[in-house]
Amino acid sequence: MISRREFCHKAVIAVGGIMIPLTALELFDPRRLAAEKGGSGTTRWAFLVDAHKCVGCGFCVKSCKIENQTPYDSNVSRTWVERYVVTKDGNTYIDSPKACRDGFTTTKIDQNHQGMKDIRTEDVAKAFFVPKLCNQCDNPPCVQVCPVGATYQTEDGVVLVDRSWCIGCGYCVMGCPYGVRFFHPEHHVAEKCNFCYHRITKGMKTACVDACPFGARRIGNLRDKDDPVTKVIMTERVNVLKEEYGTKPQVFYLGLSMEVK
Amino acid sequence: MKNHVLRPLIVVGVIVASMLVARAIVVPSDFGVHERGYMYGWHRLSNEQEWKAVQVRYKTSAGCPRCHPDKAADLANSPHNIISCENCHGPALEHPKDPAGYFIDRSRTLCIRCHAKLPYGNTPRGRIRGIDPDKHYVQAECVMCHIPHNPKPTNQKQEVKS
Repeated sequence: MISRREFCHKAVIAVGGIMIPLTALELFDPRRLAAEKGGSGTTRWAFLVDAHKCVGCGFCVKSCKIENQTPYDSNVSRTWVERYVVTKDGNTYIDSPKACRDGFTTTKIDQNHQGMKDIRTEDVAKAFFVPKLCNQCDNPPCVQVCPVGATYQTEDGVVLVDRSWCIGCGYCVMGCPYGVRFFHPEHHVAEKCNFCYHRITKGMKTACVDACPFGARRIGNLRDKDDPVTKVIMTERVNVLKEEYGTKPQVFYLGLSMEVK
Repeated sequence: MKNHVLRPLIVVGVIVASMLVARAIVVPSDFGVHERGYMYGWHRLSNEQEWKAVQVRYKTSAGCPRCHPDKAADLANSPHNIISCENCHGPALEHPKDPAGYFIDRSRTLCIRCHAKLPYGNTPRGRIRGIDPDKHYVQAECVMCHIPHNPKPTNQKQEVKS
C-alpha cells in the first residue's frame, strides 16, 4: 500500500522528469550556437536590383537559361522580368511572356486566358519593369519544408538544391512565397536560382549581372563593408519583396513601386 | 528468459540492426548538420562542391579585345559598348580553342529587345530610339542597314562592301 506522502514524492519526480526536454540533455556546442546566430563566415551574398534602370530587354533571362542549362524553349526560368503597366483608371496589368526571354517587344500585355490586352499610349499612367530571382532568404521557407534535406543553405547564404537527393515532392515549390522554384523539365527535381554559385565562388559575377547592359542587376558581399553594393544597401532607400512574410530576403530593390507583388 | 519473449525481441533486434546497416550504406558519410544549423544546414556537404564545379559558359567581354581590337575600337565610342559581347555572339564557352562552335545572333528578335518602341516615357526604355517591328522593314534583318558595333547616325547606312 502506497502512502500519501510517498505518492506525492514519486509524482513530483515523475512530472519533473517528464518536463525535462530532450534538448536539455544535449551537450552544449558553442560552435553550433554561433553558426545559428547569423554565421561567422566572411561572405554573405546579396543582390541589388535597380528597377529604375531596367528596360525589359531580357538579356539577363537569356544568359541565365543558357548558363544554367534551363531548357531554352520551356516556360520555366530561374529568373524573369515582369512588366507592370498602370493605367489612368487605376488598373494594373502585369505580364512576363516566356519569362521575358526575348524581351518586351509589343505594347500588348499577355493576360493569359483573357488574351492579349493592348493599352493605348494615352491611357498609360506609368509603366516599369521588375527583374525577379531567388531572394536567398535568411529564413528560407523552402528549406524548412524539405522533408529529406535536399535543399539547404550554405554558409555564404545561398540556397542550393541537391539534385541527387531531391525526391520531387514539391513542398518547396509550394512553400516559396516568391514563386521562384519549379521542376527542372529534364532532371525532374526542384530547381531554383542559386546566384550562379559556380561563378560567384570563382570571383565572377552572376550571368545575369554580366549580361545586363544597364547596370540594373548587381551582386555583392554584405559582410564586406567596402563593397559598393553593400554601401548602397546600407545607405540608400532599398526595399525587399513581401517583407511581411518574415523571410528576410537578401535581394534588395531600388525604385520598387507599391504595385509590385 | 521465456521463448515467447525472446523471439519477438530477436525479430525487433534484427529489424533495427538491418535499418542501421541500410542507413550506413544509403546515407552518405558527409550528410548532416552543417554551418547553418539544424533548421537550414541539413544536407550532403559534397553537393556544394558539385555546384561549384558547374561549367562556366559566359566568360564576360574581358578577353575579347585581345584578339579583336578592331571590334573593340568600333565599340569604344558607340552607345552599344555597354552591351556584353556574349549577348549577341553567344556564350564564349571554349571559344578561342573552338571557333566553329560559335553562333552570332543577327536576328531581328535580338535587336527589338531594346529597340521595339514602347511608350513608357517614365522608364529608360521609353527613351531608347525605337521602331515598330511590325512596320519598319519587316522583311529585312536589321544588320542589312545598321552596323551593330557602332550604330551612330553617321554610320547608320552600312556601305556596300566590295
